[in-house]
Amino acid sequence: MTRYFIRRLLFIIPTLLGVSIIVFLIRYLIPGDPARLVAGPDATLQDVEIIRAEYGLDRPLPVQYVSWLGNLMHGDLGRSTRMHRPVTEELGRAIPATIELTLAAIVIAVLVGMGAGIIAGVRRNSIFDYSSMVVALLGVCTPPFWLGLMLMLVFAVKLDLFPTVGRGGVDHLILPAVTLGVQAMAIIARVTRSSMLEVLNMDYIRTAYAKGLTAHAVIIRHAVKNAFIPVITVIGLEFGYLLAGAVVTETVFAYPGLGWLLVQSIAFRDYPVVQGALLLLAFQFAFVNLLVDVIYGFLDPRISYGTQ
Amino acid sequence: MASLIPGSLTEHNKELGSKADRPPISQALTPDQIRKPRSLWSDAWSRLLRNPAAVTGGLIVILLIVVSIAAPYIAPYDPIALNLGDSLAPPSLKHLAGTDVHGRDIFSRILYGTGISLRIGFLGMSLGCLLGVTLGVVSGYYGGWLDMLIMRLVDIQLAFPGLLLAICVVTIIGPGLDNVIVAVGIFSIPGFARVMRGQMLSLKEQDYILAARMIGANDRRIMIQHLLPNSLAPLLVLASLRIATAIIAAATLSFLGLGAQPPIPEWGAMLTDGRQYLAIAPYVATTPGVAILITVLSFNLLGDGLRDALDPRLRVD
Repeated sequence: MTRYFIRRLLFIIPTLLGVSIIVFLIRYLIPGDPARLVAGPDATLQDVEIIRAEYGLDRPLPVQYVSWLGNLMHGDLGRSTRMHRPVTEELGRAIPATIELTLAAIVIAVLVGMGAGIIAGVRRNSIFDYSSMVVALLGVCTPPFWLGLMLMLVFAVKLDLFPTVGRGGVDHLILPAVTLGVQAMAIIARVTRSSMLEVLNMDYIRTAYAKGLTAHAVIIRHAVKNAFIPVITVIGLEFGYLLAGAVVTETVFAYPGLGWLLVQSIAFRDYPVVQGALLLLAFQFAFVNLLVDVIYGFLDPRISYGTQ
Repeated sequence: MASLIPGSLTEHNKELGSKADRPPISQALTPDQIRKPRSLWSDAWSRLLRNPAAVTGGLIVILLIVVSIAAPYIAPYDPIALNLGDSLAPPSLKHLAGTDVHGRDIFSRILYGTGISLRIGFLGMSLGCLLGVTLGVVSGYYGGWLDMLIMRLVDIQLAFPGLLLAICVVTIIGPGLDNVIVAVGIFSIPGFARVMRGQMLSLKEQDYILAARMIGANDRRIMIQHLLPNSLAPLLVLASLRIATAIIAAATLSFLGLGAQPPIPEWGAMLTDGRQYLAIAPYVATTPGVAILITVLSFNLLGDGLRDALDPRLRVD
């Protein structure tokens, strides 16, 4: 187990390096001179050359990458060209908002999605089963930004139950979290249902019934517990996608998180912040996936770790 | 006769069995009992037609294609021309879905937008399919260090959630419809590459590939003539599902202001316009979303149906 964990951890390094190369190259692939971009449109040619030397932009690309990576390791992502503050400071302000939103969304998605999936699986072919699967299908197909606007229209504009935009208390969190969580909720519900159907056909379920356990005990103690294993992978994957989905949801609700920062920075051509936000989101995604693999290993002893 | 049920196992066994253990046809079956041989595709086609959800999805897709071609003839108004006197008119007989802030007829813009979304979805998917299939075939067929390298690259790409990668690409090459196609294409690559690699790994061990190699077919011929056609079924399923993903992704990019630029009647961009007038004219943002939902839903229904029809083993429960 420990060896598997270490192997998996080492495995993530080439991935992270690859991500960092792509993100590093953004500055050089966009049209225009990076030094001119930092200096601003009004700078003289001389100023641009000074900036070029100061930022090391006159050195070969691989050298620049290594020094950029070195700075990155020390938590230095450069300075925002729009706010004139360190990028890490900008990111630091946005992270808590995004984590709060993503966690709220995954909690809603897991509770509702698993609940619906379990009931649909147990009461197969019932009205609840059909209607919840239709809702799940619609949930997968609905563009999240449109869903956000519609929720905002009904619950914030018409009914005035929640604030429309911004960040604040729990009431600011509910609509964005539901918007962000719906897609994951739908997928979790579908996977839970099919996993339940598979488990309910197993011999040990029949045995559990045969030895006289109540339906309640069989479903909770035996079926759900075993059906949970595939579901946890999906939850992990969806959690990763939620980080990306936050870009859209935060834009709809003008919610000041990483996604909102990313979109704003692209609009203002503030590339150091764009790089930082992309890196942070991709790294979070990679680590969430790692975490899921490890949890999966703990939960299902049948998985071989290939250490022999 | 039970064995005459189309696609039943006994019938297949009979077809596969050697001549010796098969009863002489003249004795066992009268000529009208002998069914015409059916291919995988005709079997799949009849299974598809028996799936109401898939048929509905397919019909809507056909309707959408017709609308996108006929838009210039059936749209009641010009989708781009400004008519400020009619700004934000609510839905009526004159303007079925109302007008936007510039007085443009939303219904006409939706009709024109159909072609834009289908085009992006189809071209983006095709680009990803072309690149992904090439990588997958090469990776799965040759194996070794090439496989290792390609799959590592795919892994790295998968470490970026698709939407972030698309945003990354558009940031580099700039906003615009054609660039969205490139972005959507790039983020579709890993899915196709993985499926094709898996197909290659299982197919290349088959006897008919060995046979082809024995009669002297070279690698290229084996890949293009034998392996690719036999991987068409999963490819078709993935392609129809990926069109749906591509359409949503493209609309999302446009919504974020990174895709279609005004005044192009793209559905995602229309939603962005409508967002500002949500309180006073909710219909501006409502209709484009419904259009996206219907389009994505129909491609998903068709894709799920194709999967069930082409590979019954993949069917959930």
